[in-house]
Amino acid sequence: MPTTFIKAIHDAMFEEMKRDDNVFLLGEDVGILGGAFKATEGFLQEFGAERVIDTPISESLIIGAAIGAAILGMRPIAEMQFGDFITCGYDQLINMAATLRYRHGGRAQVPMVVRAPSGAGVHGGLFHSQNPESYFLPVPGLKIVAPATAYDAKGLLKAAIRDNDPVLYFEHKYLYRRIQEEIPEEDYIVPLGKAAVRREGSDMTFITYSAMLYPSLAAADRLKAEAGMEVEVIDLRSLRPLDWETVFRSVRKTNKVVIIHEDRKTGGIGGEISARISEECFDALDGPIIRVTSEDTHYAFSPPLEEFILPNVDKILAKAKALAAY
Amino acid sequence: METKEDRELYFYLKLTREFEDRVSKLHRQGKILGGVYSGMGQEAIVVGVCYGLRREDFISPIHRDMGAFLVKGVDPKRLMAQLFGKKTGLSKGKDSFLHAGDLERGVFGSTSMLASSLPVATGAALKFRIKKEPYVAVAFFGEGASSRGDFHEALNFAGVHKLPVIYVCENNFYAYSTPQNLQMAVEDIAIRAEGYGFKGAVCSGNDLHAVMKTAHAAIDRARRGEGPTLIECKTYRYHGHSEHDQSWYRPKDELIEWESRDPIQRFEIYLEKRGNNVDQIKDETEKRVKETVDEAVRFAEESPWPDGKEALEDLYANPF
Repeated sequence: MPTTFIKAIHDAMFEEMKRDDNVFLLGEDVGILGGAFKATEGFLQEFGAERVIDTPISESLIIGAAIGAAILGMRPIAEMQFGDFITCGYDQLINMAATLRYRHGGRAQVPMVVRAPSGAGVHGGLFHSQNPESYFLPVPGLKIVAPATAYDAKGLLKAAIRDNDPVLYFEHKYLYRRIQEEIPEEDYIVPLGKAAVRREGSDMTFITYSAMLYPSLAAADRLKAEAGMEVEVIDLRSLRPLDWETVFRSVRKTNKVVIIHEDRKTGGIGGEISARISEECFDALDGPIIRVTSEDTHYAFSPPLEEFILPNVDKILAKAKALAAY
Repeated sequence: METKEDRELYFYLKLTREFEDRVSKLHRQGKILGGVYSGMGQEAIVVGVCYGLRREDFISPIHRDMGAFLVKGVDPKRLMAQLFGKKTGLSKGKDSFLHAGDLERGVFGSTSMLASSLPVATGAALKFRIKKEPYVAVAFFGEGASSRGDFHEALNFAGVHKLPVIYVCENNFYAYSTPQNLQMAVEDIAIRAEGYGFKGAVCSGNDLHAVMKTAHAAIDRARRGEGPTLIECKTYRYHGHSEHDQSWYRPKDELIEWESRDPIQRFEIYLEKRGNNVDQIKDETEKRVKETVDEAVRFAEESPWPDGKEALEDLYANPF
């Protein structure tokens, strides 16, 4: 039976909690309600209130308490009900968790995961649609992942739970029930820091992650049909560490790059990827590095506004064709 | 006659004072760089709270709590090397002062974002609860930190779950230059505990026995599963906010008045009343303290600097 993206997240946590007594959950409404998106449905009944903790609306406490428990050997999974709310616990992540091992001279570790349902396309409006990954990108000490498939959602979450560093896990709300696939019954992980090549090609490289994988793949199919182009599509999966080797190898093969992400252009991860490619692969480039991103505005609520803001297949197609003709 | 406990308490009071005094001098000599924050005058709080804690008990001291490190068993040599930024320091030169802890001795290194260690200490207490371990967490903070949201978030959650955590407010009446009446409209921070459903207690932070009585009752209650306590210790710092601060904003006679309540002198009077030869105890203790601090300074001065490239180490437990 196919597994949805949200069920994959559910199963990853469930199996890890069965496997390891030190794994526990805390967050707003994760217990009685089973999570605002049902990611933790049935956990309270299975694992009890000691390991599935409904917290007050206190993001700083949720993340801070996770840190305190993690340094003493627990493996907390903290849920931000919406990724947007992670800003309320920002200090705990930036100053407390990220620096902890460093300032303790390497004699401490913070094995925790912060799950953050992020992304737009569901008419969530300004405070339920953001893609906060770039807020954390420059901060050493944190790891950042953003899966696009149900298989990866499960495997990356398991890897994150077993990792000994603080991992931010950005799960795109748009994918929760729209994406499903057959995934193995047996235990597996997807290692942090490894990108996936979703489509092989030699004419152009699309670099993307999370929900933007799907319009990127659709645009690649149309370029094949309409222009006979073979586009290589890279799904980054991990944003820190980022798999530069896979990125650079593809750029050297195709010589043309489009970066597609849902986060806004200014200060988004695409800028960093673009700069690194320029530094490492300048000789290989046959055109400018192009970005297709959300508009530099807030994620507006009304459908025509939101549609205007977000990247889509047509926008990717137009930019890719212009680059192909360069 | 004095007991072994009295001797030890007196030693830690004097060691904390001497250690900090030496740090201030070294800072003036330019041997210790960066910010130095003295807790001189506040020694009875950290010594009184930490004395008798178990190794596994978790404490999160802040920038004036040098004594907490010492009583909890952190090596004075490594603590001094930490202040010097040497490779042998607790953070191997990564940060200065009290931002490094020693988790093997249950000491957590805080950040400069005051009150942010309160949720973390609460999380440590949560771990003790989940694992049914008989330990407590103690979070130190100043009255200034009690204005931040993290204070509320931590105490509220600890109250809901009756966690084994003790919040120790060292109220020295000034957040840098801002007096208490500009920080809050109440006189006692401890009354806020009522709003979180647990006990608050006020004591003199300059009276070691008052601190010990209050703190140990709270620690015992926490170990019995009876929940958190908010303790407020009224005290005063002799120095400015940092060593660069002349604290001209404080009335002159205020310091003189508080010096008359000096926690160490007060303890000496207690020793005398118990029929001890205080001069002799004082000489012996001062000799031992001086040797300890001299050794720590020598160790720090002789320790190597870290290599520049070590700045790239210790970021991740599972590097990539």
